[in-house]
Amino acid sequence: MAERVERPVLDVSRLPTVGFGTHSITWWGIMGMMAIEGTVFVLMIASYFYLHSRNSEWPPHRNPPDLLWGTVNLGLFLVSVIPNEWYRRRARKGDLRAVQIGLVLLSLFGIGNVVVRYFELWHLNTDWSIDAYGSAVWTLMGLHVLHLVTDLVDTIVLTILFFTSLVEGKRFQDAEENAAYWYFVVAFWIPIYLVIYWAPRWLHA
Amino acid sequence: MILVHVPGFPGNQTSLNPVGPGAERIEGEFALIFWITAIVYCLVLIALVVYVLRRRHSLNIMPEPMPTTPQSDRWAKVAVSGAMVVTVLLLFIMMIGSFVTGHALGNMNRETAYTIDVYGHQWWWEVHYPNDEPDKTVVTANEIHVPLGVPLRIHGTSRDVIHSFWAPNVQGKRDLMPGYETDVMMQIDQPGRWRGQCAEYCGEQHAHMSFYMVAEPGPQFQQWLSQQAASSVPPSTPQAVRGQQVFLGHACVMCHTVRGTPAGSRVGPDLTHVASRSTIAAGLLPNTIGNLGGWILNAQSIKPGCRMPPNHMTGSELQDLLAYLETLK
Amino acid sequence: MITTTAIESTAELTEQERAQAARLDAVWSEPRGFWGWFKAVHHTTIGKRYAVTAFIFFLLAGLLAGGMRLQLAFPEAHVLSNDLYNQFFTMHGSTMMFLFAVPMMFEALSVYFVPLMVGTRNIAFPRLNAYSYYLYLFGGLMFYIAFLCNTGADRGWFSYVPLAGPDYGPGKRPDFWAQLITFTEVSGLAVAVETIVTVFKLRAPGMSLNRIPIFVWGQVVVAFMVIFSLPGVVLSSTMLLLDRTCNTQLFNPAVGGDVLLYQHLFWWFGHPEVYIIFIPGTAVISTIVTTFCRRHAFGYLVLVLSLVATGFMAFGLWVHHMFATGIPQIAESYFTAASMMIAIPTGAQIFCWIATMATGKVVLKTPMWWALGFFFTFIMGGMTGIFVASVPVDLQIHDTYFVVAHFHYVLIGGAVFPLFGAISYWFPKVTGRMLSETLGQITFWLFFVGFNITFFPMHLVGIRGMPRRVYTYPPNMGWTTLNQIESLGYVLLFIAVCVFLANVSRSLKTGSLAGPNPWKAGTLEWATTSPPPHYNFLHLPTVNGREALWDAAPNQPVVIGLDEDARSFLTTRTLDAEPEGRDEFPRPSIWPFLAAIATSIAFIGSIFTPWGITIGAIPVAITMIGWFWPERQPAERRRAREIWQSE
Repeated sequence: MAERVERPVLDVSRLPTVGFGTHSITWWGIMGMMAIEGTVFVLMIASYFYLHSRNSEWPPHRNPPDLLWGTVNLGLFLVSVIPNEWYRRRARKGDLRAVQIGLVLLSLFGIGNVVVRYFELWHLNTDWSIDAYGSAVWTLMGLHVLHLVTDLVDTIVLTILFFTSLVEGKRFQDAEENAAYWYFVVAFWIPIYLVIYWAPRWLHA
Repeated sequence: MILVHVPGFPGNQTSLNPVGPGAERIEGEFALIFWITAIVYCLVLIALVVYVLRRRHSLNIMPEPMPTTPQSDRWAKVAVSGAMVVTVLLLFIMMIGSFVTGHALGNMNRETAYTIDVYGHQWWWEVHYPNDEPDKTVVTANEIHVPLGVPLRIHGTSRDVIHSFWAPNVQGKRDLMPGYETDVMMQIDQPGRWRGQCAEYCGEQHAHMSFYMVAEPGPQFQQWLSQQAASSVPPSTPQAVRGQQVFLGHACVMCHTVRGTPAGSRVGPDLTHVASRSTIAAGLLPNTIGNLGGWILNAQSIKPGCRMPPNHMTGSELQDLLAYLETLK
Repeated sequence: MITTTAIESTAELTEQERAQAARLDAVWSEPRGFWGWFKAVHHTTIGKRYAVTAFIFFLLAGLLAGGMRLQLAFPEAHVLSNDLYNQFFTMHGSTMMFLFAVPMMFEALSVYFVPLMVGTRNIAFPRLNAYSYYLYLFGGLMFYIAFLCNTGADRGWFSYVPLAGPDYGPGKRPDFWAQLITFTEVSGLAVAVETIVTVFKLRAPGMSLNRIPIFVWGQVVVAFMVIFSLPGVVLSSTMLLLDRTCNTQLFNPAVGGDVLLYQHLFWWFGHPEVYIIFIPGTAVISTIVTTFCRRHAFGYLVLVLSLVATGFMAFGLWVHHMFATGIPQIAESYFTAASMMIAIPTGAQIFCWIATMATGKVVLKTPMWWALGFFFTFIMGGMTGIFVASVPVDLQIHDTYFVVAHFHYVLIGGAVFPLFGAISYWFPKVTGRMLSETLGQITFWLFFVGFNITFFPMHLVGIRGMPRRVYTYPPNMGWTTLNQIESLGYVLLFIAVCVFLANVSRSLKTGSLAGPNPWKAGTLEWATTSPPPHYNFLHLPTVNGREALWDAAPNQPVVIGLDEDARSFLTTRTLDAEPEGRDEFPRPSIWPFLAAIATSIAFIGSIFTPWGITIGAIPVAITMIGWFWPERQPAERRRAREIWQSE
């Protein structure tokens, strides 16, 4: 067997080190997380409807959740898409100032969403321990609260980071991915909002 | 089935000794699948062994990897494709067989079926024979008499956790679940005492939750039924009278009913005709004086975790009590 | 052009190579010392930890099985009380399924071998990998410490409600079970994401989709299955915990809850779970058959499509675990059909493997014996699977020992046999030494015979009416002799495992040196030393065919140009593996360990109080922030050399 082999080389030293979307490893990781959490949401929504099919009255002996605060939150989420998309695109260009502004705005929106969510929870018109309906509503809500709060913490930490001298290409990748995850939180609020607030009204009729 | 004829094969509590149309149809599908899969298994493994022996390389060093030739791969493609076609065909046959069997089971006569209600408990079976006339309703436990050759509907649910009602000689199993009422149709064509057992893990004494389906010809069954419907006969001997006092004065009345006495609790099995049953403790013990006495004194030592507490009484109290219980035929 | 030393040559490395190895070593070596152990982030280190830990759990679960077989050797025996037996069978099943089978077949094998087989230096998200291992370890420890404190789970490995619910499952036993799920499911999901990203983005140039080793395809399919199935048990176990600790009523039929909701959610996970365990077994068989028949596996496309088809179809079968609940006939028919049809892709694989043997040169070394054992055992289990797929037949054999026989044949046949094959195949790569062939074959035959003696009679005793999960049985049922035979078979299995352990411990010290490629195999893990250095490959490879080493061109190019003062790696395009970019793996760090501690405190705390999660979230947040917070010097270095992707 030949001891030494002369080999041609594949020189990769000019390849980019900062890439976005499918070029970024962490982007794929975030997509994986969305697949996982999305499946959890879908199964929880399915569980809600399964329990509904086992109950003749839904909600049993009480009003469905008040529409006001949930719809306010829906509005807030939808409006937040504008700065979210804006700073996401600027992140791909490495625009530091835009990303800083965008992250601060999204942090404020997030805080607003959490505050409104607090009011939502007290206007669900049900306790979680009375029956399966109450438990299903609170569990579904609870899952979204979990995602909202963890994403807000992520966003705030990233915002702080963007005001330090530690910013580099990788952090702009993080910014784009943070925007993508916020889309996920918003996107899943739409069906969950419809299920919690409108399904009992529509199915009742 | 061949397995039935293995020596020592008792024939009770087995799906291979069907005594009614339900288990019989299932056994047919079982046999179909058995023969097809057994033959396929043997053929595939024989092919494997043959090829390994034929292509075996016996030197101790790893030979260089072979280049793959289109010729050998071509016949391999044909062989694999052929094997796939046969596989799909055989699967379809077994699947159709399954559908046909399931359909037949689903069509067992429902309208004229004789209904018996079964309630699963940890770890015994509450049995009701409903009747339009309330004074003819029968409540018993663990021993289910049925008329021979008549379609039966077991209507079941659970009073606590999930259990499963399974008498393999008769029919496939059905889970009894709280929040669900279920109907399973069956019929027994051979007289006898056919053993069943709970088939869904239900806690500490799942292993000791058995029942018997006792199939009797119509007139015999009716006689049993009317005897069970009757209230208990008041005790006549002095010992039995004392025994009834023991019964009414101890914790027994907290859980057990004896119709004709003030004892009316539904927590545990109805004892109005306990002496007519051949086993106690859900099929665990033969119903003898000795076993009954041991059970009453300390059920926990026989069936640890069951819901019956130990009962303290003197030896003579126990004898009196047993004499009374013997009268509850 | 550069001069490289052929991988299997006995010559010394060239001077340039030695210098390069030293530079790589300086950057990639794992941290030393006591705290160094907790900072490790290399996939081979973590992979070995997964394998050793999972094997220890296998041994523990095996000992529990011994206790069960002793109790069942005699009717109405008093070896184990009913309470202890119920804990034993629950612990045995839960350990095997959650602490052994998936962590070994998926996590250990994937973490150790996938990065090597695709030709990169580490697994994607190395710190997440470390974190996932610690969570797995802590979850397992929690579960067993509870068992030793008489709080072992005792409601079955599936823990149905209402038996495991607040009304009928007093104490904390089901809570520890439910949190075991939480620990192991986070761990599994993390490794699933890492596996997919590694295979999608980190493959060697030239390893297009049609050149990915079948082993890697198998693990990718499993990773996707993990992502979509584990949420089912996440939900069912969380709902169980909520009902038990927070007074929700999701499973309480008295107020609108439903006991079957639990079963649907659990089996949505539970059925794919068994394929998650089995598919890596088939991936191993493809690998072993290829190497020991000295030819490319026959039917690459069919094999890959079968893996994918099995992965998809596995999600359409779950109700076959619920046939006895009285579901509508039309649903029953669909699930029977689907459960039978999944035999088709599995059958395709079997026929392709036999075709490979029939057209190759079969070398009967220990790994190949285990592969042959797989055929005898797994196919038997597959046949009995058809019995349980048929609703009417299932209604007789469900929840009897027939089913116990079926799933032990498919799981031990489909995973444990391939696992022993994988161990004997890859032990030389991981340790640098060969196992003893003689002891290996003795192990195989003892195990094969012992397995069949233990489990074959279970088919018979099941159709003779013996239900599952019973701590004892009456005499005169016709079950006693069969149970005694089964218990004797266990002794052979026990001896087999002892022989195996002796083989391993002896070979670690005195086994013959393996060299880089003792089996003359074709995949990339054999293109480096045994054991691999912490940078995996001296020269990152490029690939010319499905079996990288067999199909390599005489002058197959190697990759140069990655930074040598950092943990640099190459990313390639998903479909055709053309080089795309460069990135950097993080360095060893204590944060994953600290985050795992914080997470464990939150998870375990929540068993005792609902505030465990909310208050416990704070240390978790702190450790996660510490984990992600960038280090100054590496950030400045990277910023200086950044090249942005052109839009």
